[in-house]
Amino acid sequence: MTTPRIDDLPPRLAAIVEEFQELDKPQRLELLLEFSQGLPPLPSRYEEHPELLEPVPECQSPIFVVSEVEPREGDDPQVRVYFRAPREAPTTRGFAGILAEGVDGLSAAQVSALPDDVCARLGLEEAVSPLRLRGMTGMLRRIKRQVAERSVAA
Amino acid sequence: MPIAHDSDPSLTEYAHPERLVTTAWLSENLGTPGLVVVESDEDILLYDTGHIPGAVKIDWHTELNDPVTRDYVDGEGFAKLLSSKGISRDTTVVIYGDKSNWWAAYALWVFTLFGHPDVRLLNGGRALWEAEGRELTTDKVEIDAAEYPVIERQDAPIRAFKDEVLAHIGQPMIDVRSPQEYTGERTHMPAYPEEGALRGGHIPGAQSVPWARAAAEDGRFKSRADLEAIYTGEKGLQPTDDVIAYCRIGERSSHTWFVLTHLLGFDKVRNYDGSWTEWGNAVRVPIVKGESPEGTIAA
Repeated sequence: MTTPRIDDLPPRLAAIVEEFQELDKPQRLELLLEFSQGLPPLPSRYEEHPELLEPVPECQSPIFVVSEVEPREGDDPQVRVYFRAPREAPTTRGFAGILAEGVDGLSAAQVSALPDDVCARLGLEEAVSPLRLRGMTGMLRRIKRQVAERSVAA
Repeated sequence: MPIAHDSDPSLTEYAHPERLVTTAWLSENLGTPGLVVVESDEDILLYDTGHIPGAVKIDWHTELNDPVTRDYVDGEGFAKLLSSKGISRDTTVVIYGDKSNWWAAYALWVFTLFGHPDVRLLNGGRALWEAEGRELTTDKVEIDAAEYPVIERQDAPIRAFKDEVLAHIGQPMIDVRSPQEYTGERTHMPAYPEEGALRGGHIPGAQSVPWARAAAEDGRFKSRADLEAIYTGEKGLQPTDDVIAYCRIGERSSHTWFVLTHLLGFDKVRNYDGSWTEWGNAVRVPIVKGESPEGTIAA
């Protein structure tokens, strides 16, 4: 297995890919579990308005994602992403946790430039199966689309 | 040494009560030599968030499937897997899992392809165990590797392939997917991955019985009388019928296979694991849409 590229990734996402790549298969699952436990709670404004979140049907478990694009003075707009995923779906929560840490806070331009295969670089196909991993790609695809739509609107 | 069956009165009404254990029985028998408890879930990490003490994990995606061909592991692969989980041919295996044991039933069905003699389901699965406040632990389980023999897989009695299903049209078939998948309104489960079926609908003649109709709210199986009311009453099946069950990839239909075979005592039930992801993509196989088994619009 060749080591995947990280030079085209924003620093935090590059660090996550490196972290996964340094581990063997069982340890990768443990790290995914840590990300699942570290998923930040949904802000209360979304708890009260779940209809503002978009479902991700590629995932096996019900998960919802919403992205915000916040204008910043003298800088690119900043992207915030929030997720709602059930406790009894730790794998899906883990994917969300990775994206929350790796994507939240990037600029809109950085998000739109994220390579589509970034989820495949974590080395999780063998550990969790490609079918399950499709859910994570589905989340990222939705985030990118939401950001593109909201950047035009902003 | 075989471990005594659970004689709980809630199980004795079923055709093969020896295939089920109650949560109380499992609590009392944890740690008994010759017993291995297996957790098999949809979510590969759920076990790691806390499992029944001493239980080992078997994952359907990464461990029961052949990594290359769309098939299950072969005799050598199964022997290697079970040996690594501390299971021998004479081990009593109790399987439990999430979602009313849907994946656990799938694992049990795969164990049955290899004729494992004593394999049972925990009635109610993970959800009931948790709801009753029973112990879950994240402690790592020390496994003493065992020697599982290489047994040739016997597909014929309980597994149906596409050509057999084609020849079976006109005989009893059960489609266990959601009503929307059955009618052809959608090709995948609500909120589930789109596993790429090009056509929607069902196999001509198949009756719709969504798998979850066999499960009670607490995750246990419904009573025998309630199950009979559905399968033999409403759907008119007979225990001597030759029945094929299918779903999307063969997991939900394993649950129905378990119900018909072990709870109602049907003689010949086969699971078509190619299911809709094969049938809905195959060239020129008959498909019908709509609510009736014969369909309303030929597709």
